[in-house]
Amino acid sequence: MSATAPTKPPVRRRSAVDQSAAWRPLDRIGLAFCWFLGLFACALAAAIIIYLLVQGVRYLRLDMLFESPLGGVSEKDTGGLKDPILGTVLVAGLATVIALPTGVLMGIWLSEFGKPTALARAVESAVEATAGVPSIVLALFGVIIFSQPWAGFASREMAGGIIYGRSFIAAGSMLSIVALPLIIGSTREGLQSIPAHVREAAWAVGKTKWATIRRVLLPVVRPQIVTGTMLGLGRVIGDTAIIVLLLGATLRLEPGGGGGAIAETLRGTGSTLTSFVYIFAPTGDGNQPEKAYAAAAILLLMVLALNAVVEIVARRARRNSWNG
Amino acid sequence: MERLTGPPPVRQLKPLVVEEAVLEGPVESGEQVGAYGFDGGAPVGRASIVADRMQIEDVTIRYGEKVAVNSVSLPVRQGEVLALIGPSGCGKTTLLRSLNRLTEVTSTASLDGRITLDGEDISRLEPTLLRRRVTMVFQQPNPFPMSVFDNIAFVLREQSARRPKRAHLKGAVREALERAGLWDEVGDDLDHPALRLSGGQQQRLCIARALAVQPEVLLLDEPCSALDPKSTEVIEDLIVGLREDVAVVIVTHNMQQAGRVADQVAFMYLGDLVEYGPARQLFSAPSEQRTRDYIRGSFG
Repeated sequence: MSATAPTKPPVRRRSAVDQSAAWRPLDRIGLAFCWFLGLFACALAAAIIIYLLVQGVRYLRLDMLFESPLGGVSEKDTGGLKDPILGTVLVAGLATVIALPTGVLMGIWLSEFGKPTALARAVESAVEATAGVPSIVLALFGVIIFSQPWAGFASREMAGGIIYGRSFIAAGSMLSIVALPLIIGSTREGLQSIPAHVREAAWAVGKTKWATIRRVLLPVVRPQIVTGTMLGLGRVIGDTAIIVLLLGATLRLEPGGGGGAIAETLRGTGSTLTSFVYIFAPTGDGNQPEKAYAAAAILLLMVLALNAVVEIVARRARRNSWNG
Repeated sequence: MERLTGPPPVRQLKPLVVEEAVLEGPVESGEQVGAYGFDGGAPVGRASIVADRMQIEDVTIRYGEKVAVNSVSLPVRQGEVLALIGPSGCGKTTLLRSLNRLTEVTSTASLDGRITLDGEDISRLEPTLLRRRVTMVFQQPNPFPMSVFDNIAFVLREQSARRPKRAHLKGAVREALERAGLWDEVGDDLDHPALRLSGGQQQRLCIARALAVQPEVLLLDEPCSALDPKSTEVIEDLIVGLREDVAVVIVTHNMQQAGRVADQVAFMYLGDLVEYGPARQLFSAPSEQRTRDYIRGSFG
């Protein structure tokens, strides 16, 4: 939206200046201020995105994508971004694998069953509370959980039988909790927006509740589920606290032992783009700003891509209107 | 609500395709036309056979403390269209929904009395089985968000199964669409999304869907109230044609519609069944004052 000329609206609309001509001066100042703040928000977003992309792309070289990082002291001997990129993809995948089915099922339960009511309310409050927990607190909780003796499957075992408690499994599990409320929320809202008579129509031809959910309701809310998952993924790949505390923040993927390449990697430690930026930022231990910018640019591109998917899905989603 | 999900999935369904519109159940109780001592019936004349399907016996339905239907007794007969008329909130939709136990979806609803289907108490039938024998069409056209073909196929398949395969269902889908008078319009593109059909076509698809399982009773809850006059006419003609094979119960606000399609009319007011009788008689010479007032349009 441009400030001066609204782009050919279907109904002829007057500009804000004309419209407010008869207003009191104070109201007109207020309106001007709103305009200003709106434009400011756009400018801010543009500044961040453009600056980071320009800076990042300047330092980004294609070979960086295929090189592992090194713990050097100069720009030349700190290597590339291969491991952080893989790490980000890995935690995002793990978190999705856990959060997507769990979130969809919980959303279904809340919307379609939700009995006893008191329990449903408690669950909703719990989900809201979880959504509000700072991720550093979740991370701390995760460290305690995954250091327990029974959590030995999830991470490396140190000398003396101590469980290391930091691994992709640990980080992915806690990150799934970050994504969960968004998936639950979008599933539930999608289901609740389907009129009751659509469910009844399926029941009225002898379908069970589950068959109705499976074949009628879930296909309708698929776009909402995708949207919720993408928003959740955005939070997951952008999270730093859980990664730093729970992924071990080793620059490279370090296998955690225990049979099979996949299991070893999942039990092992590594880094993601966020922890990489955290380490190499000018204020971090590594202090290699160029590398940090390059990683931040990739991270930003990933998040923008997720937002674009949300946008496309929302636009493509067929309007299933039953008029009521 | 829970009762719906409780029992294990239904294993035995009614045969998907019945060769002819054969009457099932105690047809013995059916009587030939003329056995009834009235000279009513819809303007189109009577169906060739009339048979009792359901009996509503002294049924009272409450939502919490509130009585929605007050000790109503009515027969539902195949070969006849029964219209439930009355002002808003008179309990006609509640009564209709109780016939396939859809009232149970509302947790506060309770039912006293007995409703039988071919002599069996419906409260003893498994709800999903009952609802395949007594199907329903709603006020708003509500096809499922899938193709025309899948709307019918979904109903024919067992619960959430993907079988039988498409090829095996073609005949049954076609038959259902033909019975609902929709085949000529959608037959060449069965993959068309159902929600992109016109309102009238959507509603006929809903009727086709409800007919696909070869029900004994078809419940229609103001099926034309969201439609234009042309579509309404098409659906009314369809309803009259259907009564040969299924017992039809229609709830309607529209008295002209009741007059056009119904053989029997039940007038309800504030939960009570005020008057029940052949359509012509009830409209031309109602015996109750309240019916007379309602028909003249002085209230409701």
